[in-house]
Amino acid sequence: MGGMHGFGRVPIEPDEPLFHAPWEGRVLAIQGRTRRAGLFHLDEFRHAIERMPPARYLEASYYERWLTAVETLLLEKGVISREELAGGRAITPAPKPPAAPDDRPPLRPLFRVGEAVTTRNTHPPGHTRLPRYARGRRGLVRSAHGPFLLPDTNAHLAGRDWEPVYAVEFSAAELWGDAAPAGDAVCIDLWESYLRRADA
Amino acid sequence: MSHDHHDDHHPEPPSDIEARALALESLLREKGLISAEEIDRVVETYERDIGPMIGARVVARAWLDPEYRQRLLTDAAAAVAELGIGAPPVGDLVVIENGPGVHNMVVCTLCSCYPWAVLGLPPSWYKSPAYRSRAVREPREVLREFGLELPERVRVNVWDSSSDLRYMVLPERPAGTEGWSEEELAALVSRDCMIGVARPQAPAATGAAG
Repeated sequence: MGGMHGFGRVPIEPDEPLFHAPWEGRVLAIQGRTRRAGLFHLDEFRHAIERMPPARYLEASYYERWLTAVETLLLEKGVISREELAGGRAITPAPKPPAAPDDRPPLRPLFRVGEAVTTRNTHPPGHTRLPRYARGRRGLVRSAHGPFLLPDTNAHLAGRDWEPVYAVEFSAAELWGDAAPAGDAVCIDLWESYLRRADA
Repeated sequence: MSHDHHDDHHPEPPSDIEARALALESLLREKGLISAEEIDRVVETYERDIGPMIGARVVARAWLDPEYRQRLLTDAAAAVAELGIGAPPVGDLVVIENGPGVHNMVVCTLCSCYPWAVLGLPPSWYKSPAYRSRAVREPREVLREFGLELPERVRVNVWDSSSDLRYMVLPERPAGTEGWSEEELAALVSRDCMIGVARPQAPAATGAAG
């Protein structure tokens, strides 16, 4: 939601408790345990949150989004059924999750630190980690990391595409226009296939 | 026929969410995927062992030991692990340094990525639509709401953590803290300083430093 208007002041809560209700901590633990058991991974989880109807997404609290995403994924994968969820009783045993292969290659970055790059102007219907406010913009590579799995395919279980990730710096003026303070910048972590070498 | 007395409440009262969470937990327990003890342990870990005190120790050490500071900026995960604090593996962590001419702050506009291993669970405001939408577009206005007014000559660098790298800010050591112990220094370093929405202040220096 980078750049959106209308959300008002930042709601700072002094002396905020770690959890606002005990169920929040339970949901946190359930997400961690089921994810580490290999029942789903983080890209799928994020995409499941993004698949909530937009109005519901905005209304829901953080941990309500988590609960919704865990329910969605476990239902879709047949770990639990609607009938079981309604009754609160297990009918069938949970299937065994597939093991993730250890296929991470070494880092071979295409772009150099200091190089100018342009982000693709692309609007995929599914999951992506290229923020909307930074599409079709020119920036400079600050550092290279990874490789990490490309979320765009991994979230949909459509491939395990390892890519370098670059911290790319964009001037505030490039993103927000000339009224932005000179010298201010936003750095965004971007996968290699989000980027093109910028024309000189 | 759907008009029973439950419909007098809001469409999603907290009790409904709580009931959903409890139903999911009991179901997963029956399936042997999780135990109540495991859940209790996770909650206790975040209540007791993982929190901003870890990041504060790291910052204090970096202020006192220039070689440690260099290691922290080069390979943060290894530098944090060196101190033997914190429970989970740190993961891919990047520490970014504030200086006299640059101030860094961290946000995740796409969800709420946050360096849990060194700061614990994020505060609600960090996960709010207001912070996520505005931190990249008008960081100086956001900082003002936190009581931090930055002069124009200080550049603001916002880090939108959109990948599985996690970012933590290494704030500047306040003047007037010469000779302080690691413990005394760590006490100055709040969670907000390491997110980059505040700066550490030495209590005695506020009047004298001018």
